[in-house]
Amino acid sequence: MTAAPGTMTESHTTVVDALRRAVPKAVIEVGAAVDMPTLYVDRENLVAVCRTLRDAPSLQFALLVEVTSVDFLPAEPRYEVVYHLACLGEAYGHAPARRLRLKVRVPGGDPHVPTVTSIYPGAGWPEREVYDLMGIVFEGHPDLRRILTPDDWQGHPLRKDYPVQVRKDAVSWSPLQLTPEEFAANVRSAQAQADKTARRK
Amino acid sequence: MADIEIPVLTTTVEKMVQWARRSAIWPVTFGLACCAIEMMAMSCGRYDIARFGAEVFRGSPRQSDLMIVAGRLSRKMAPVLRRIYDQMPEPKWVISMGACASCGGVFDNYAIVQGVDQIVPIDVFVPGCPPRPESLIYGIVQLQRKIDQQRMSA
Repeated sequence: MTAAPGTMTESHTTVVDALRRAVPKAVIEVGAAVDMPTLYVDRENLVAVCRTLRDAPSLQFALLVEVTSVDFLPAEPRYEVVYHLACLGEAYGHAPARRLRLKVRVPGGDPHVPTVTSIYPGAGWPEREVYDLMGIVFEGHPDLRRILTPDDWQGHPLRKDYPVQVRKDAVSWSPLQLTPEEFAANVRSAQAQADKTARRK
Repeated sequence: MADIEIPVLTTTVEKMVQWARRSAIWPVTFGLACCAIEMMAMSCGRYDIARFGAEVFRGSPRQSDLMIVAGRLSRKMAPVLRRIYDQMPEPKWVISMGACASCGGVFDNYAIVQGVDQIVPIDVFVPGCPPRPESLIYGIVQLQRKIDQQRMSA
């Protein structure tokens, strides 16, 4: 028996109960479930909630599927950061296979969210993408740089108050990202690696 | 002895060079988007650009004569395209393939360069979205005609 998609099944009620027990100070709110159950979490307790979701034996949401964000201009709180989690079921552990959507409301005047890279190392690049395109700063991120737009880009293009077209000349030159010494060192190490592989054969 | 025919054709150095350049155009592999699929179709057996001597796609710009800009060029990619163009040895030519490369196409937005001619000089524009392989072959034939008219001395 599988429940209709999006309904709050019994197993997901247990997710909420387990979270409320493990992180009592977290403000957890059950949202509208469209295609998977949705929880709203306050950003102060996001990391603790994620750690519980990953580590609790009855939950084991070990896979962070994606991180994305929404701009609700002119509503306030303006942004939502959305995390999709999955438990892999018996392929991974003992908890049943299921999905979960976590949402964090972010005020427009203070777009900061704690990073979850300490829980899910794979969150690094998705969080960079959200920072690049939506301008939400992930506190504690090890390498929060732009990832899709050029490094010297102005503004965050997926915000609703960003113009569609930017009338300016395209940059046709960018400096080399390696110094000649670094380039030579790269060539030497690749050569050493190739020699090593050849000797092994 | 006098009536033996000697198999010789006479020509000029200029015509010889034009013939050599035109008959073996080596394109650099530079597919950016869906136009690249049509470019690959053009180089494969069904359309077979080998009939016009341009089938040797090179993975290195240093061995290429022709750059086919096949697809929309993002602003982040623009310096990379320019660097690849600069690395190609002279003489070199550029075909702008499709609406996106020529003028931005449907992507009238902040991320896409509105025409590759802002970055590199273009010899032939091929219209279409994407152009069919026949269109691109026609573009290459037009380029061959252009090469045929390039004089060695000013």
